[in-house]
Parts: sequence; C-alpha cells; structure tokens
Amino acid sequence: MAIPKFNRLVSTAVPLNIENIDTDQIIPARFLKAVERKGFGDNVFRDWRYDKAGNPVPGFPMNDPRYGGEILVAGKNFGCGSSREHAAWAIFDGGFRVVVSSFFADIFRNNALNNGLLPVQVPEDFLRKVFAAVEGDPQAKFEVDLERKTFTIAATGESVGFDIDAYKQECLLNGYDDVDYLASIRPEIEAFERRR
Amino acid sequence: MGKTLFDKVWDAHTVRELDGGRSVLYIDRQYIHEVTSPVAFSGLRSRGMKVFRPEQVTATPDHNVPTVDQHLPLEEGESKRQLDALAANCAEFGIRMFGLGSENHGVVHIIGPELGYTLPGMTIVCGDSHTSTHGALGAVAFGIGTSEVEMALATQCILQPKPKKMRITVDGELGRGVTAKDVVLYIISRISASGGTGHFIEFAGSAIRSLSMEGRMTVCNMSIECGARGGMIAPDETTFAYVKGRDNAPKGEAWDKALACWKTLYTDEDAVFDTEYRFDAADIEPMITYGTNPGMGTGITGRIPAGSDPKALEYMGFAEGEPMLGKPVDYVFVGSCTNGRIEDFRLFAQAVKGRKKAEGVTAWLVPGSRRVEKQAYEEGLADILKEAGFELRQPGCSACLAMNADKIPPGKYSVSTSNRNFEGRQGPGARTMLAGPLVAAAAAVTGRVTDPRELFGL
Repeated sequence: MAIPKFNRLVSTAVPLNIENIDTDQIIPARFLKAVERKGFGDNVFRDWRYDKAGNPVPGFPMNDPRYGGEILVAGKNFGCGSSREHAAWAIFDGGFRVVVSSFFADIFRNNALNNGLLPVQVPEDFLRKVFAAVEGDPQAKFEVDLERKTFTIAATGESVGFDIDAYKQECLLNGYDDVDYLASIRPEIEAFERRR
Repeated sequence: MGKTLFDKVWDAHTVRELDGGRSVLYIDRQYIHEVTSPVAFSGLRSRGMKVFRPEQVTATPDHNVPTVDQHLPLEEGESKRQLDALAANCAEFGIRMFGLGSENHGVVHIIGPELGYTLPGMTIVCGDSHTSTHGALGAVAFGIGTSEVEMALATQCILQPKPKKMRITVDGELGRGVTAKDVVLYIISRISASGGTGHFIEFAGSAIRSLSMEGRMTVCNMSIECGARGGMIAPDETTFAYVKGRDNAPKGEAWDKALACWKTLYTDEDAVFDTEYRFDAADIEPMITYGTNPGMGTGITGRIPAGSDPKALEYMGFAEGEPMLGKPVDYVFVGSCTNGRIEDFRLFAQAVKGRKKAEGVTAWLVPGSRRVEKQAYEEGLADILKEAGFELRQPGCSACLAMNADKIPPGKYSVSTSNRNFEGRQGPGARTMLAGPLVAAAAAVTGRVTDPRELFGL
C-alpha cells in the first residue's frame, strides 16, 4: 500500500496562532468511535470551529473566508497529547498537506509522516514572519519543496531549511509505506529473534 | 563511555539502523485497545497479511466501555461497534483478548503490569500515549499511532528515530501528604508541557526509589505530559518483588535467568545524558493544576501565577493571582491509567473514612481493572467508601477522556486524578483540575479545593 506522494507545494495558508495545540483540540475523543478511516475532516478542530449548537464560530481562522489553502500554520508544540493518529487523518482529510510550526510533538510528527502529511519545523522567529505574512495578506503564497527541504515565503523570497530524515523523505517523495519496508526485511527480523 | 538504562534496552532491540537515524526496533510486547486498532487490522486485511507474533500481543477494550452495568448487553451504537470490531479482529488474527466480564479486564496500562505481561528490559508499544506507564518496571515503553500499530502487528517491529536522553533526579524525602502524582505534576510544572519533547526520560534519585511500583507507574505514566516519548525507572528489589509470581512472569529457572539479566539494567556511572534536571523532594507539596495543560500546575497553597495564558484562564473561569484553595468543585474523578490502582483507592478510602461526601459533589471512583475492583472489596475499601457516601464503579478509562457516558458537564469544575486537563478533555466545556488521590479526597468531602494535609491532619 502506498501513502500519498509529496514533492513540492505552492499554496496559501491558514493561520492558527495558538501554542500547545493538543490532539484533543484537533479531534475530540468523542469522534474517535469510527472503525474506518473516513470522515474525520468534518470534525477537525470541532470545538473551536463550531459552537454547541453546531454553528460556525466567527473569527476562527478555518471559518474565515479570507483564509484557505493546503498549509496549516500553528504555534509551537503542535500535536501534543494523545497518540491518536486520527489527528493526522483529520488534518489531512480537512484539506491540508503541510503543517508549519516551530515545534512538533514527537508522536504527532511520526503519525503525520506516516500519512503523507508533512510537518515543517521552522525556527520561532521565522514562524513569526510566516504568521505576519499570512495575517497581513491572506492571499500570500508559500512554497514547500521536499526535495530541497526548504520552506519559502513567496512574497519576500525569505527561505528556511527544514529537517526530515533521509528515509522518510524518500518515503514521502515516492509514496512508500513503512509496513512494506518492514515486511521486506522479515528474514532479518526472524534472524534477530533467533539470535536473542 | 558507559550506557544509560535506556541505551541498554534500546540497543538490545535494534534490528537495523537506517540512514538518517531511524532504527528498526524489535517490540517484545504490544498492547491493543478498541480505539486505535481497527484501522490497523483493516490495513493488514487489505495487504493480505497475518499478525506476525500474535502471542506477543494482548488486547482489552477500555476507552469506550461503560463503567456501570457491564454485565448487561451494550447498547447498539458506535461504542458497541468498536468493541465488537476488537473482539472480531482478535478472534480472526489469534490475539488474546480480555473482554468485558473477564476477571482480567481493565485499562490496558493497568492490566499489563498486573498480569505480568510487562517485564523489565522489554520494549513495549501500544496505540496510546500513556504506554509510558510500563517504563516504571524498567521497560522502554511508548505510545504509537495506528500506522505503527499495523507495523508492529505485521512485523513485530516499528521504525523509530532514537530519542535524546534526559535524566530527572528527585532526591530527598517526600513531605507528608505528597504522593507520586504530586511529584510528577511538580516536575511537569517546572519543565513545562513541552520540556521533554524529543527525549526519553529516566527518573532517578532517592525520592523516586522510595516510591512503590504503583507510584512509579503514576510517575512514568505522565512522562508524555511533558512531551517526552516515555519515562523509565531502573528495576530494583521493589520491581522484582512486584513482578515475582505474576501470572505471566517467568517462573523457576527462567525467573533466575531473567533476574540476572534485569540486574544489569541500570545507567552506568560514566553514561551521559543530553539533558539533566535535579529537584529536591522537600520542595514538593500536594499539587493541583489551574490551566489547560498539565504544565500549568501549582502547589495547593499557591496562587495562579501572573502571566498565565489568558486563553487558558478564561476557559477555566480563573484569574491571575487567585489562590487555588477554596475553588469550588462539582465533580471528583478517581481512576484512569494514572491513578486507578489499588494504592490510589486505599489512599482515598483511608482519607474519607468517617467523613461524608460533600453535598453537591458528584464522585466517580473507577477502578483501573477488575482485579483492583475485587481487591478493593476484599480489603473492605468499598465498605468504607459506601459509609462515606461513595460507590465504586466498574473498570474503564471513563471520565479521563469522556469517550463513554462519564462526561463532566460544560462549565463544571472537576478535580481529577487523570492525566490531562486539556479543553474539553472530560467533556465539552468541562473544567479540569488535575491532582492526586489525597487532594481528590479532600475536594470530595468539602466541595472545595482543600489542602489534604490540614483537613486530614497528615
């Protein structure tokens, strides 16, 4: 099975200028009852996006018609809390391919990478510039280049490199999936078991 | 250079290292539950794969189960579908499951150590961030996502970057009324909810050593709440005494062999950590949180700090500078993989003995497992609780994450022995103050945030 490929993206962004966004905010536990991976996008950031009566909360950036695009920009320590992969699914199903933050929680980062959602970690001062760019001009475009591992604010040309390990970069560029890789080295795993 | 405890266990399980720092890590034990496993089984099915080592996988439904009337058939609906899916998947793929009604049923991180499935020196994963609990026995245990659940089912391995190493040393004697939960809430309040990100923690020092296994599990459980991948404690005589004789622990000659190996699991004197913190046990008082992440905590006699996140305080209905003592409490929850063990119910029961639950407080006391529940009855705790106006419910994750019917209503204040005070965690709009079982007991009998040391004369 393959994960969605990712190479290069030029897009506008949605700013979520909040720190420590935990996975209970991304997808509340009451929406984790599905036994299939579908429909989570409708409930991404559910309790921030909608009020108790189910009406969109005005002012929440995802409800703001000025904002759109496949890049989510968020404050530091994004995705902390629960290991629920539903958080990565919900963001992906909600139409995003990239999350930009100055810091990602470890489990979320892995979950995102395993689903073709690219976590782009940038320095805190650069993140401030990204927020300023998108909040100043919601039409501002950003470029994510996975091959070169760069994130660029198109209007100013300011660019920053981001880290991704060589294996995961290869997986995303080609749509490879970890289970296929691990299954391919099964004889080595069996040899390891015998050796112990 | 010497190795850390973490290095010793990790390195012994590394099958291969990849370019860029990921390791193929062999997993000794995988736990699964109903919420994060169904999509992994669907993945296996669509690939035409089997579970590689079903005997190394243990299943139990916990997140979604009711905590009353577990003997009755479940109502039709999403929760039942998830529980049915777990049972069907386990039957199809040959995995041992302890379902509702089994004498071994309970919260996955409670039953693993209880049944002797968790052993020192193991690598352990589960699709749940509180898998770090098992690190209390000297295992490398951490939470994973569903894709990784599928990897581990398919190959008994996952691909992981090796985390950095952190040691948190707490030396000295814990003060009166200070529990393991207070220790870990204190640590998180000092290093913040993201202070451990990228790291695996070893908890060390005389105050940690003095804790029971139950207390150590409470500490390691909350490692993830400072962002760490996991937390662990070097196994010692307390650990060995806990493990010995458990259902699935090695016996006879196998025990002697295992014990010899476990005794090598400690950090060498010349080993180096990427990050080190030291705390003095004497500085720790009973703790409580005032905000919307577990790092926003204070000693119970403290005030809400100036400069606290205004969004969090608005959600909680609190203001800077206010004391925590005297805050109103509507709900008390004792349970979860953090504080759902027998020791927690002993502490709570002994504290409320001879008192009465405060009017207007709703208290949910949820044992972490059937065995904890049984023991609470056998030790007479249930009677003490009943006399004081409390009753024990049945095991499950319950109000820790409010996936089942146990939800705190919007705007209501809960003192909770669970692990997360995130917005909406215990139900939409619920306001959670995290604390240990003694602070919970003091709140339950007074209806206010109260210092248990004063109230109970500790």
